Amino acid sequence: MTTGAAPVAETSRPAPWVSRLAGTASLLRLAGRRDRMLVPSSVLGLVVLAVGSAQATLALYPTDAAASQGLGALLANPSVVALYGPLPSPTADALAVVKTVMMGAFLTAVLGFVVVRRHTRTEEDEGRFELLGSGVVGRWAPLVAAVALASAAVLAAGVLSGLGLAALGMDPTGSAAFAIAWLTAGLATVGVSAVVVQLASTSRGAAGLGFGFLAAAFAVRAAADSAASGTWTHALGWVSPLGWAGRVEPYGADRLWVLGMGLATLVGGVAAGVALLDRRDLGAGLLPVRVGPRRAAPALRGPLSLVVRLARGTVIGWGVGMVLGGVLIGSLLGAVADMGRDPAVRDLLEKLGGTTGAFEDVYVAAEVHVVGAAVAGMGVALVLRLVSAERTGLGELVLAAPTARARWFGAHVILPVVLSAGLMAVLGLAIGLVGPTVAPAAPGVGACVGACLAVLPAVWVVVGVATLLAGARPRLAPFAWGVLLVTFLVSEVGPLIDLPTWLLDLSPFTHPSSLPAGSFEVLPAVVLTAVAAALVALGVLAYRRRDAA
Amino acid sequence: MSVNDAITVTGLRKSFGRTAALDGLDLTVRAGEVHGFLGPNGAGKSTTLRILLGLLRPDAGRVTVLGRDPWRDATELHRHLAYVPGDVVLWPTLSGGETIDLLGRLRGGIDEGRRRDLVERFELDETKKGKAYSKGNRQKVALVAALASEAPLLVLDEPTAGLDPLMEEVFQRELSALRAAGRTTLLSSHILSEVERACDRVSIVRSGRVVDTGSLDDLRHLTRTRVHAVLRRPPTAAEASAWAGVHEVVLDGDALSCAVDAEHLGDLVAALGRRGVTGLTCRPPTLEELFLARYQSVGPARAVAEQPA
Ligand SMILES: Nc1ncnc2c1ncn2[C@@H]1O[C@H](COP(=O)(O)OP(=O)(O)OP(=O)(O)O)[C@@H](O)[C@H]1O
Ligand SMILES: [Mg+2]
Repeated sequence: MTTGAAPVAETSRPAPWVSRLAGTASLLRLAGRRDRMLVPSSVLGLVVLAVGSAQATLALYPTDAAASQGLGALLANPSVVALYGPLPSPTADALAVVKTVMMGAFLTAVLGFVVVRRHTRTEEDEGRFELLGSGVVGRWAPLVAAVALASAAVLAAGVLSGLGLAALGMDPTGSAAFAIAWLTAGLATVGVSAVVVQLASTSRGAAGLGFGFLAAAFAVRAAADSAASGTWTHALGWVSPLGWAGRVEPYGADRLWVLGMGLATLVGGVAAGVALLDRRDLGAGLLPVRVGPRRAAPALRGPLSLVVRLARGTVIGWGVGMVLGGVLIGSLLGAVADMGRDPAVRDLLEKLGGTTGAFEDVYVAAEVHVVGAAVAGMGVALVLRLVSAERTGLGELVLAAPTARARWFGAHVILPVVLSAGLMAVLGLAIGLVGPTVAPAAPGVGACVGACLAVLPAVWVVVGVATLLAGARPRLAPFAWGVLLVTFLVSEVGPLIDLPTWLLDLSPFTHPSSLPAGSFEVLPAVVLTAVAAALVALGVLAYRRRDAA
Repeated sequence: MSVNDAITVTGLRKSFGRTAALDGLDLTVRAGEVHGFLGPNGAGKSTTLRILLGLLRPDAGRVTVLGRDPWRDATELHRHLAYVPGDVVLWPTLSGGETIDLLGRLRGGIDEGRRRDLVERFELDETKKGKAYSKGNRQKVALVAALASEAPLLVLDEPTAGLDPLMEEVFQRELSALRAAGRTTLLSSHILSEVERACDRVSIVRSGRVVDTGSLDDLRHLTRTRVHAVLRRPPTAAEASAWAGVHEVVLDGDALSCAVDAEHLGDLVAALGRRGVTGLTCRPPTLEELFLARYQSVGPARAVAEQPA
């Protein structure tokens, strides 16, 4: 360790905070080395998302007039506004990035959180800090190193994207504002993550808190953006880091100063994080671990019940999240309907040849599509628990008992398949119950539950991909995240930039019937389900043939 | 193979990428014995045990455990077998008691009385969550779960790593009880005194091969005895080294120390008698000497033997 201080006389001891930071540089280098795939590929992916989609859009619609003509109707639609925020200006530049500002801000925030968690709580969970902590490594060093790496990743993604957009010939101030939108969301989340990883006592708990925070931040800004400006709800957008990103309004208002809020959150979060660090034990959260029961509940008796029991927090968290999300989506239907009644919006949409009817249906379909992708993410995480159990040695305990491998493996597939269906049904129920109370034309319970269940085959295909990877190539299993991300982005951005049909067809998310706006088609649902089943079957076959410890 | 063998392994090979973990390993564990499995770090002990459990797939070789092929019949085999892994990890959110119950039920039920006794004897606090246990206590959870089963075969990978001496004693007693009950135990260990006390036979593995197998007496017999003699007519060092089976000769005035192969001990004593022995001590090899000789890739005894004296 290069920063290790030589033994020194009693009087010349370094100031306490310096010693608490000792080793930060070495840890940063170590973290950078471990993430030499994850960080560069994520940054590259984000830059390609922003610059590539903007370039494709501008090639299709080079002038402001062509762009409003071609995309205005699509993007001014209230359902898109609720998901992605309002259009800052009717220019080609603004239209070219309207989806990627919010999507990218969210993904940058996820990247920031993931990097911070990986190098703090996860390391602590796996006991590696003890090894390092006994060397010349200060107490704050791992957190500060993780925050530095995460901030660098966020900075690279934002700045490179902004530069790329400017290089396309887009407005320089707007491009700077675009970078700042991502930076604000990303850096603020890094600050929040520094606190979150101190609160939870496990890496998984930290993931729950962190992603819960991001989901809440997204929900708050969606509600705020759906409300008329000047209202109290609209002002609520200023409490969410993702709301800040939207309020930068690149290629419109260009509020560059919003970056200050992101930086302040970063600094405040890190300060709070190190303060909490000084108050807790290594490996523990702020809350002490509670004692457990002396005997197992009678239901805990097989692989499936074990997997379900271990996912209890996930099930409860997602269940509550779905109810809240459904209630939010349902209650926003009123605002969406109002926006649709606004003569100015109607006029614009009509002039541009867009749809003016059944905004409510289009909106529900768009929201369900996005939530479906999130649920697929939960499915991937649950399948990957098989791989992490194998790595830690927990799988060995179960497999050394008379548990057939296929049953242990199957338990990790059945849970996400069934849970995703249950969660989507809950979502549909909540939307269908709440929607009609605020908007008379809103789809009812049956239509909403149907709409939510219709995306399940796509969710299952993603779960199937994760299953196949976990079964055949456990080291590559995290690539399931990449598959989910890319296929979802293709389905969201692809139609805007006229991606070739075969490419769109590769994404499972482009196939499910878009309910309740359209009609249900049986064939895609059957084909997707069959593909998912085939992927799972291949995964099981491969798993039975390979080493399992 | 004999029907009385619980485990037979011949020519077992297993590689992980380029590392050859097992390189033609042979092992026989007789039914009803406690068999010690020893060897330096990374020798391939845990890998062998995982193959015996059917968790890893062998590259080559024949493996039979309780008459079954562990890779093909793993599930059925596991009904008759209990295992303590080398690195015990527990589910962070399950309590120790829940883990013991779960592992017992996975195995098709648990003997309540035995479970209660073991928890008491090992002084285990069952209410702690996996995350909160110390290393030794994690080990106890896995041990209680394995010992509470009625499996005829126990496969234990360094089961006492991290146990305090009192608990080590409890474990020893359990092991004797197992043997008395006619159950078979394969015990991988680095603790030589434990092996000496508990094991009927041992196999020593080095670099993926078994280099020696047999009872400790057999192994002792194969290892040199240290002899210290005071003589009226001492030989020169060169003369003494030329005697059959005599090594590591040190001559200090009329005192001679050397090491001698077991089969030549009688010859040496006779030779010493002819030279007017006035004092004589013979010491059998210590356990440490016995194992060190076999752990090191070139045993010290052999190395000395090859030196021109
Ligand atoms: N999953 C794996 N992947 C790659 N190499 C492995 C794996 N498991 C074991 N090895 C290698 O195989 C060899 C044997 O390891 P094993 O764990 O069997 O040793 P051991 O005798 O149990 O050692 P110890 O006494 O330290 O427990 C080692 O070189 C180890 O690095
Ligand atoms: Mg081992």
